[in-house]
Amino acid sequence: MSIYDVKKPTRRAFLRGAAAVGAGVVTSSAAQAQTADPLIVEQQDWAQSFGDGVDATPYGLPIEYEGDVIRRNVEWLTADTVSSINFTPIHALDGTITPQGCAFERHHSGAIDLKKSDYRLMINGLVDTPLVFTYEDLERFPRENHVYFCECAANTGMEWAGAQLNGAQFTHGMIHNMEYTGVPLRLLLQEAGYDTAGKWVFVEGADASSNGRSIPMEKALDDVLVAFKANGEALRKEHGYPVRLVVPGWEGNMWVKWIRRIEVTNEPVESREETSKYTDTLADGTSRKWTWAMDAKSVVTSPSPQAPITHGKGPLVITGLAWSGHGAITRVDVSRDGGKTWETARLAKPGEKMALTRFYLDVDWDGSEMLLQSRAMDETGYVQPTKAQLREVRGLNSIYHNNCIQTWWVRENGEAENVEVS
Amino acid sequence: MSKYLKPLAIALATSCLAMPVMAEKLGLGRAALPAEIAAWDWDINAMGHGLPVGSGDALEGEEIFAEKCAACHGDFAEGVDNWPKLAGGAGTLDHEDPLKTVGSYWPHLTTAYDYIKRSMPYGNAGTLSDDEVYAIVAYILYSNDLVEDDFVLSDENFMAFEMPNATGFIVDDRAEAEYAIWSGEPCMTECKDSVAITMRALVLDVTPDLETNAGATEVSAAAAPEPTPEPEVLAIDMELAAAGEKVFKKCKSCHQVGDKAQNRSGPVLNGVVGAAAGSVEGFKYSNALRDAAQDGLIWSQEELAAFLAKPKDYLKGTKMSFAGLRKEADQAAVIEYLKTFE
Repeated sequence: MSIYDVKKPTRRAFLRGAAAVGAGVVTSSAAQAQTADPLIVEQQDWAQSFGDGVDATPYGLPIEYEGDVIRRNVEWLTADTVSSINFTPIHALDGTITPQGCAFERHHSGAIDLKKSDYRLMINGLVDTPLVFTYEDLERFPRENHVYFCECAANTGMEWAGAQLNGAQFTHGMIHNMEYTGVPLRLLLQEAGYDTAGKWVFVEGADASSNGRSIPMEKALDDVLVAFKANGEALRKEHGYPVRLVVPGWEGNMWVKWIRRIEVTNEPVESREETSKYTDTLADGTSRKWTWAMDAKSVVTSPSPQAPITHGKGPLVITGLAWSGHGAITRVDVSRDGGKTWETARLAKPGEKMALTRFYLDVDWDGSEMLLQSRAMDETGYVQPTKAQLREVRGLNSIYHNNCIQTWWVRENGEAENVEVS
Repeated sequence: MSKYLKPLAIALATSCLAMPVMAEKLGLGRAALPAEIAAWDWDINAMGHGLPVGSGDALEGEEIFAEKCAACHGDFAEGVDNWPKLAGGAGTLDHEDPLKTVGSYWPHLTTAYDYIKRSMPYGNAGTLSDDEVYAIVAYILYSNDLVEDDFVLSDENFMAFEMPNATGFIVDDRAEAEYAIWSGEPCMTECKDSVAITMRALVLDVTPDLETNAGATEVSAAAAPEPTPEPEVLAIDMELAAAGEKVFKKCKSCHQVGDKAQNRSGPVLNGVVGAAAGSVEGFKYSNALRDAAQDGLIWSQEELAAFLAKPKDYLKGTKMSFAGLRKEADQAAVIEYLKTFE
């Protein structure tokens, strides 16, 4: 039973409303009310009687009016939901932290039930003593807190060949950003006495897909976390409860969920997920492998196809997200004319390494069409490329690591559409 | 004196934020037992480290594949619907929409063994014996026309097999090929002369309809009660039909039966027993089957059994890509099961 069955605002109804509002409202900044607002002059039920008592919802859920802000799946993408992906409703969120309950899911064999008491983590391979840790053991190691984005390498992948899916949720929603609490993998490797000659670690999940990835030792010793909390609470089942790997800045497939084994090795395994998938085929048929880091990228989340302008012309907040797997975002530019001219947006906070950065551009919209774009820059000096630039280097057959500049065509009535421009 | 205060304050702040340092081991965890490591450490790397002793040939592999893999991957590893295609695609990697399969794309054969052993069959992972995995890998090579059907794959010849796309990969070169170009101060004004919309998502119209997305499962679940077979009391051996229902699992990825049945890659099979061949409305039959229908083929139990035994031999040119039900008992059972659908 969904909690969201009641009076869910539909997108079509919303758009109808948007068009009506856009056409009818006087948008002068000092609009004059003609009649007294009954919401003000009439006493409302909520101002007279009681609301819910405490414990009405022992674990809180969003109020029903936010019932549209949910993860969504694109059914035609995959054959089966247990080996599939859905999308974070980034068009409806603000700030940078993604609530766990609407953070995208990617499973290869479904989200498994694994109790803390049944959880075991093995470290083997090139170590002095192969070890087994329980969940309790992990909680006794010194812990760290970090905010990191997790982006699937396939995010925006459906857009390689052209504008396809009409919504920021679908084009850019394979991403979430959480504050993780966990133990540096380095400490666990030290505990087992890893062989300093070992060049790789192979990490593997406990679910039936047994997702396994090879990570260079340098990264493993640097900032990889064995995490058990996200945004202050236990990981959700769909994000790997009770323990997942966090590999900052690198593609989401490496963030192995339900992690059960870490093997120190001399060579990479070259598993399915690092050869047949998550590799990038270029125009001449050769393919790049080990393209782990997620390059700088950004997207305007509002206005966007699922978040049209409903208030007509006048003050308008253009906002979006930017991130880079190579460090902190230093600047985001926004174009309203499809890339002819650019304005530098305001960052809500200075960019943080490998975490989402929120940007705003506060404008006075004259009600004319816009071709909205955003362009991120990171601390390495890298500038987010256009789709044409990406295609020039990689060709048309790529799927993963599409970090192109996105364009929304915003019409006079405030509706927006995913388009590609010259 | 005061000029030293600031650096000191920074140093203090930094030390408060410093990452945990562990000079010595904490003595947490316990030693993993050899049996525990053996139970979990199955991965096989590209150097062949971890390959178990064993062997299997393509013919054995075909049988195992038909039983355990074909429902998703197709009898010839060609893939059903959206499920992965494992065969074909040779020479397509530099074409539009390349077909990436084990044969055309995968650089290491070890990856196939490693993945099948650890993660397949889908929904029943880790249940194949070492020899079965060798046989399946041999069959996948055979379906890619890379070996003959008598090919035997074993731990001894495994690493000698060279994959067609073994040299098709390069290590990430974005730093040289891309980062160097896409950095520096970007253009801010007059960056292009004109801008035109070249493609629109709404024209393509593949975005899910958000109005019906949430809760859709419930609606369809409520509207689609389990189809109840209506048995013909006189002519049907229900016990045999029950056995046939199990056999029918092999047919299900292409054929539907029951009230809500629709044509998929195969026609609906309601009432097929005793019916004229090629008579399901809306299904596009092969020319071979249409010819047979014109010649008056009736799907009697005998004809169906003969067809099911070896479809391609019975009807050259049939679209039904199914190896066949070798056992007569299976043929009889599945026909009995089909009789329960009018």
